[in-house]
Amino acid sequence: MAEDRAVAASESEAAAARRRVEALWRIESARIVATLTRVVGDFGLAEDLAQEAFVDALAQWPRDGVPPNPAAWLTTVAKRKGIDRRRRLARLDDRHAAIAYSLAEQHRLAAIDHEPPWDPETVDDDVLRLIFTACHPILPRESQIALTLRVVGGLTTEEIARAFMVPVSTVQQRIVRAKRTISAAAVPFEVPSREELGGRLASVLQVVYLIFNEGYAATAGSSWMRTDLAGEALRLARIVSSLVPDEPDAHALRALLELQASRFAARVDADGEPVLLADQDRSRWDHDQIRRGRAALAKADAIGRGRGAYALQAAIAECHAVAPSTDGTDWARIVGLYESLAEVAPSPVVDLNRAVAVAMAHGPAAGLAAVDELVATGAMTGSALLPGVRGELLARLGRRDEAREELLAATALTRNERERAVLLQKAERI
Amino acid sequence: MKYMLIMRTPEMVEMPEDVDFTEVINAMGAYNESLIKAGVLLAGEGLAPPDEGFVVDFDATPPVVTDGPYAEAKELFNGFWMIQTSTKEEAAEWAKRCPLGPGMRLEVRRVNETEEFDQDNEYVQKEHEWREQLGTDRPVQG
Repeated sequence: MAEDRAVAASESEAAAARRRVEALWRIESARIVATLTRVVGDFGLAEDLAQEAFVDALAQWPRDGVPPNPAAWLTTVAKRKGIDRRRRLARLDDRHAAIAYSLAEQHRLAAIDHEPPWDPETVDDDVLRLIFTACHPILPRESQIALTLRVVGGLTTEEIARAFMVPVSTVQQRIVRAKRTISAAAVPFEVPSREELGGRLASVLQVVYLIFNEGYAATAGSSWMRTDLAGEALRLARIVSSLVPDEPDAHALRALLELQASRFAARVDADGEPVLLADQDRSRWDHDQIRRGRAALAKADAIGRGRGAYALQAAIAECHAVAPSTDGTDWARIVGLYESLAEVAPSPVVDLNRAVAVAMAHGPAAGLAAVDELVATGAMTGSALLPGVRGELLARLGRRDEAREELLAATALTRNERERAVLLQKAERI
Repeated sequence: MKYMLIMRTPEMVEMPEDVDFTEVINAMGAYNESLIKAGVLLAGEGLAPPDEGFVVDFDATPPVVTDGPYAEAKELFNGFWMIQTSTKEEAAEWAKRCPLGPGMRLEVRRVNETEEFDQDNEYVQKEHEWREQLGTDRPVQG
């Protein structure tokens, strides 16, 4: 018994140490990988080395204790691994050259031991370079997302797989392929030039936005939302906006995410069932977070380069956030914001949302007319959203049979089980 | 999860004469900046010296207001940070990096989420309303 207890105690100590290593990794991994990439000149290699050092830490620290400067330890171990690897490769290549090479490397290694793990003057730039590399347009979107969560967010492959409900091997493959693609294309480790920055930043922000969306409204599975993933996106948005403080879109994205996240507590009831905007208890919204969101939007506006898609969406979210009720919402203003959004970023989803706002501002008949214009374009065929909204508006117009038909059509199209339940409930109530 | 890092210092903290205040401010500024750049800082405030405050003592009825120094207080609450992390361990790592010296302590407390209370309670409902008023009536800071 006593022995069992001793084993249990050491196991829980080991578990605690493991959690501490993981916490340190989440805090430090971006700076470690960023610094290593600058030193070894290859992003894929740097990521491998950092991961190997992390694995060493997981094995050693629970046993030997956490070193006084964990980040320095991880960086140094990773650098040594890099040097060993190069030496081995060089030896295979040319024994003579290898000696000169490794001497130079040894010299560098000696210097590394006395250097701080990173230079505070350059590490922000390094992290920014890392973010731009992970979101490089050469990569498919899903790889950008996996790579960003892994190298910038410090998430493990298992965590990413769990968040996106895909097999671990799928995430592994995406990351391995992405690193290979970056190496093969010799993507430079740099912050894009002024001329390029806008487009490249758009790619970064889009990745953060998609991560948030996946957490906000899960596209698959039984969970209505995955707040952990949304929280991670929010953290990334805060990081990016602090690293490029002169870019209005970065603040606007942060504003949008803060404002959307402020409704999390009210979006599900005690049984985990979804609660739609109109039925949400607005007093349960996180008003500190709303204030942070509004402050970020004000910052974006203050830069004075006009409102882009994120700022317009944030402004719409702000309208909801400050409204006392659904009826007390400035729907006419929201219609106007959706019209501006449709000009900046035309999309059928924006048109559909505008139609909903039109219905709120000018009545269900006006809304239905706007929805039917959209139906005529055929742009949203196959989406559950269109019949869902149409069914709702028909119900409000008292056209019950048509309404039920549309809502049932929507249930057949959604992949989210909880959303399906809500639609079914609506159809039954008609 | 949200955590509050509460700075506690001994009441009679004598600043050594050779302390360079610029250095202290710089260290604290760098710490705050690192929290911001890691995307974890939500709020933070420092408190003015206790002689500008006072204590309301509830031992007596009605409560008694006394100016400092406070006889019973061994430590002073001098400021706080509010951070958001995904685990308790992360909050601990951030707390450990705070540039404080011997004698000073950080107390780290998890902040309750409102959902943890009985939502049907009348005063929990009211508190939501108060928060709403406080939240939206306060001016937006740039």
